[in-house]
Amino acid sequence: MDLFWLIPFLPLIGFLINGIGIKWVPKQLAGLIACSVVGIAFAIAVGAFLELRSLPVADRSVTHVMFPWIMAGQFNVNVAFLWDQLSSVMVMIVTGVGFLIHVYSLGYMKNDPGFKRYFAYLNLFTFAMLLLVMGDNFLLLFVGWEGVGLCSYLLIGFWYQKDSATDAGKKAFIVNRIGDFGVLLGMFLVYWNTGSLTFVEVFERAPAVFIAGAALPTAITLLFFLGATGKSAQLPLYVWLPDAMEGPTPVSALIHAATMVTAGVYLFARASGLFAMAPDAMMVVAIVGALTAFMAATIGLVQNDIKRVLAYSTVSQLGYMFLAVGSGAYIAAIFHLMTHAFFKALLFLGSGSVIEACHHEQDMRKMGGLRKKMPITSTTFMIGSLALAGVPIFAGFFSKDEILYNTFTSGTLGAIGPVLWVIGALAALMTAFYITRAVAMTFYGEPKDKEIHDHAHESPSVMTVPLMILAVASTVGGFLGIPIFMKYNVMHNWLGPLIGGGGHGAHGGDHGAVTEHGTTHLAAGPSDHGGGHAEHNVTLEVILMGISVAIALFGIVWAWQNYVKHPKRAEAMGARFPGLYKLLDGKWFVDEFYNAVIVVPIVGFSKFLWTVVDSEFVDGLVNGTGKLMRGIGSALRPVQSGLTPNYATAILVGAIVIMGYVVLGGAR
Amino acid sequence: MPVLSLITFLPLIGALLIWFLPMSSKGHRGLALLTTLVTFAVSLQLWFGFERGTADFQYVEKLAWIPDFGVSYHLGIDGISILLVLLSTFLGIIGVLASWTAVEKRTKSYYAFLLVLQTGMTGVFVSLDLFLFYVFWEAMLIPMYFLIGIWGGERRLYAAVKFFLYTMFGSLLMLVALIYLAVTYYQQTGVMSFDLLEIYSVALGREQQLWLFAAYALAFAIKVPLFPFHTWLPDAHVEAPTAGSIILAGVLLKMGTYGYVRFCLPLFPEATVAAVPVIAILSVIGIIYGALVAMVQPDIKKLVAYSSVSHLGFVMLGVFALNIQGLQGGMLQMINHGVSTGALFLLVGMIYERRHTRLIENFGGITKVMPAFAVCFLIVTLSSIGLPGTNGFVGEFLVLLGAFAANKWYGVLATTGVILAACYMLWMFQRVMFGVIKHKENEDLKDLNLREWITVLPLLILIFWMGIYPKPFLDTMDASLKNVLVQVGQAPPQIPNMDTHGDHDDHSDYRVIPMDDDTNLVMIDSGKAPDATLMSQETELKDAGASNENAPGEEME
Repeated sequence: MDLFWLIPFLPLIGFLINGIGIKWVPKQLAGLIACSVVGIAFAIAVGAFLELRSLPVADRSVTHVMFPWIMAGQFNVNVAFLWDQLSSVMVMIVTGVGFLIHVYSLGYMKNDPGFKRYFAYLNLFTFAMLLLVMGDNFLLLFVGWEGVGLCSYLLIGFWYQKDSATDAGKKAFIVNRIGDFGVLLGMFLVYWNTGSLTFVEVFERAPAVFIAGAALPTAITLLFFLGATGKSAQLPLYVWLPDAMEGPTPVSALIHAATMVTAGVYLFARASGLFAMAPDAMMVVAIVGALTAFMAATIGLVQNDIKRVLAYSTVSQLGYMFLAVGSGAYIAAIFHLMTHAFFKALLFLGSGSVIEACHHEQDMRKMGGLRKKMPITSTTFMIGSLALAGVPIFAGFFSKDEILYNTFTSGTLGAIGPVLWVIGALAALMTAFYITRAVAMTFYGEPKDKEIHDHAHESPSVMTVPLMILAVASTVGGFLGIPIFMKYNVMHNWLGPLIGGGGHGAHGGDHGAVTEHGTTHLAAGPSDHGGGHAEHNVTLEVILMGISVAIALFGIVWAWQNYVKHPKRAEAMGARFPGLYKLLDGKWFVDEFYNAVIVVPIVGFSKFLWTVVDSEFVDGLVNGTGKLMRGIGSALRPVQSGLTPNYATAILVGAIVIMGYVVLGGAR
Repeated sequence: MPVLSLITFLPLIGALLIWFLPMSSKGHRGLALLTTLVTFAVSLQLWFGFERGTADFQYVEKLAWIPDFGVSYHLGIDGISILLVLLSTFLGIIGVLASWTAVEKRTKSYYAFLLVLQTGMTGVFVSLDLFLFYVFWEAMLIPMYFLIGIWGGERRLYAAVKFFLYTMFGSLLMLVALIYLAVTYYQQTGVMSFDLLEIYSVALGREQQLWLFAAYALAFAIKVPLFPFHTWLPDAHVEAPTAGSIILAGVLLKMGTYGYVRFCLPLFPEATVAAVPVIAILSVIGIIYGALVAMVQPDIKKLVAYSSVSHLGFVMLGVFALNIQGLQGGMLQMINHGVSTGALFLLVGMIYERRHTRLIENFGGITKVMPAFAVCFLIVTLSSIGLPGTNGFVGEFLVLLGAFAANKWYGVLATTGVILAACYMLWMFQRVMFGVIKHKENEDLKDLNLREWITVLPLLILIFWMGIYPKPFLDTMDASLKNVLVQVGQAPPQIPNMDTHGDHDDHSDYRVIPMDDDTNLVMIDSGKAPDATLMSQETELKDAGASNENAPGEEME
């Protein structure tokens, strides 16, 4: 564990070697370096995790200060890393899933001329993501936060000759910057009220400085949430994520599904003690999360590009995580973050395998019947789909169920809880539907395009082995967070003492006592203000669980009937509701709306500022003054030309003035 | 050894040698490079020999110059000027290297002017005498005028004249003000002196301060340039040769912001506090306005020029936040802007030299043919955007942090500049560097050569150094800036509960002025509506500062 601070630097070293030596490092070696630095980082992370686990609960927070970073007056921020329950889990997800995706990329990017550049970026991303989850203060988190944004920009626009790709990259960066605006302001408020940006200090001082439910914690929470809506693609800033699919598919898996986009969820879990003091804001978070989950799912229903289905699915699943956060169920959010990292990375990589096999065709309408051609890809993809749909024993079932249960019973949400539960359940229905539809269109039915079908082939093992590992994780990963009433819940035992956060969290602490010793709530009493849940109701949970399962199965069967058994029906369905179909197919026309209401007016206004205000008005005044002066000048001194003489005259006049003043002044 | 004189006048000596010794044009540039290198080497000892932790002037040289008028040749540096001096000597080298092949006509006078310009700039930063300062301030105009007017682009004459008149106008007001100051000092002490350190002790009434502040502030505002005095800048930048733009953006603009910190704040504290709303609002307008106008520019150089208006707005906002975070941020941002925008102009100059156009639409897809250039350009772009890890972030963050404490709304509005910066820079970058090559002429552009690498690499190193480990820079300026705040009479913003946690050492540097409870930064009050509570949190520093009045000075007749 003494070496845990090395974890972020390993990918940095990989980046530097591959980045600076891009001309000299041989391709094979570049790939090897890039993968092994992440692999080693994962190994160190597991070791440090086990060591942390062997410590008593109260000691499970280690800080390693590297060097002082910014100091101005009392403001003082270090480059320092934190190793505790939350960061260790996040680091293992990032490096673990990241390692698999690095390896997969060896196959996927094999023939790309930008191979080395790609791996350099991927390492840089891993470095930035590790800074984000390991930084011991808000500012370092923000460094990682913007750093992953940069890598996202670079990787979305990886094929920089494609305008659509560079447009998408730019859009991602700018939309995220809008969110970062909120994070910056949030940090200012935190600093000027607590005098620190270091997590431990801020959370320690927060109860004395902030009054729960008052305007200040609410403002801070909402500002940070603005940042989260950018980075984690929530309403109203989610629009960049679907476009981000322009990047290479493993990038979508790593950045736009498993890791970066979950940064907002991490932020809220990390600062749960602070945010729980703003129940009104948490209500907003929950509502936005639920609406995002719902709206993105509706769009996912009609997409024909396999990656876009998964992209909207990611937006939707992130919505669930924020629904959990808003309900005060932080641990459930992190749990879903983890299972989602497994199964969504799996789905994206699976889609990448399909896309590769189909010669970079992403339109599902041209696929079909690939099941027999690609047995491993199709099997693992279906496992991922079952996990996403929330079918029991698969990972997504446990985490999604926990979120929905917490929403229903949340003390902070009160009467809104069941309403949001309904929205969440409807989204779950659509989730099951759209992913089954995707499976059906891709792997079942008749081949739509004979040429593509004939060329399709299973991917090499460097790609399929990561798929298999992720498939296993998507299957058994859920057992880390089996329902509370079964008494033993790894996630809650581990994170409970740090995050607390009401709901299962509070219970997790209690249950933790069964297996761990001396559980204490380190966070500043979030359960007092946050999701103070009602008595745990096993019957209710079982009933809700039953409904979830029924919904998932119904969605699957419904889609199966429409897309596998009776493919004609699907087309008819769109035709039956032309207006609705158009709305969903047009993605609710949000992009168009933003373009008309924000982009066009700003550009127009800027042009007005330039051509009218700047050139005509301000400069007109200046030139007018100049002309006036010249007029006066030429009237007074008709024999003048050139400017140097003017200047000399001015100096002379100046000198005379000086002397005049001095002499006169001295005379008095 | 009179180090400062050496640093100041070595370039002038180089210029004279270039002017009078017969040599080829290669000799001119070689000698110019040698001169700037030697000057920089000499100036480096300031960095290593400078004593941190004190606000006293160091490397002081003082000689009587015009004793009858109390004009002295008084040089010295402190934490405020040392970094600007180093920036000048450093960018001097970059300027020569950037002109290496770009300037072919009349190289003798070109390099001579470039070196004279450097003497003028350095002199401005090391002068501790009002009159001497003024002489350097004016002297620097002449070489700049010729650099733009002779080696500039198509509309070079218009730009040169505009630059000249604009700045002259401001300078004249400054001249009047400085004479008034000296005369007042004479009336109060019976001694004639233009020495800044002595003038610091002059007692001025509120009315006097306001007038003098206005005169100085206007001169500096034009130089910065603060909105709405900025329209000379885009023209000057677009027409100036590359080295001219680098020096103009890198150093000349800083003379304005430096002037505020060196003269306006300490000399006219009461007026400074009174002017905070005006200057802060103009700065915020500049930040947003500059960014918006930059966004729609078709010419890369003009885009960068307007981005300077935006960036300098940050500097001014930081300085007039009147707290240590803002001042340090503003100061650091001066250096940052010199490095990053200097680098931007350098890189733009490189493609201009290849293509003889700066219109964005004439490019596109350049990454394909110039990958190394693309990497450099990207790094500099990101630094200009203020990405964490680069220098731009540290400066911008501190400025915004400080501005937020001074007045929440300044902070909020200025922070939108962070979004806009990403818009205009990335849009430009995309149109120039990405996509497929649309113009045949761009298909066989050469990537960076060795000289260009050598020119740009030090700038890149600085970008990361100042972004990752800014401590040496912040330490250098710390004591002097705290002293400025003492001179202005500003207490640090109060943070609730900090008395029990924070260290008290920083407090001891200030004359702490008790603040009204209403103006405190706490917004714990939960009884009010959200908006009302947010408003009450505003810290009106000016209230605190206004209570600290200098002794009323004697009125002049």
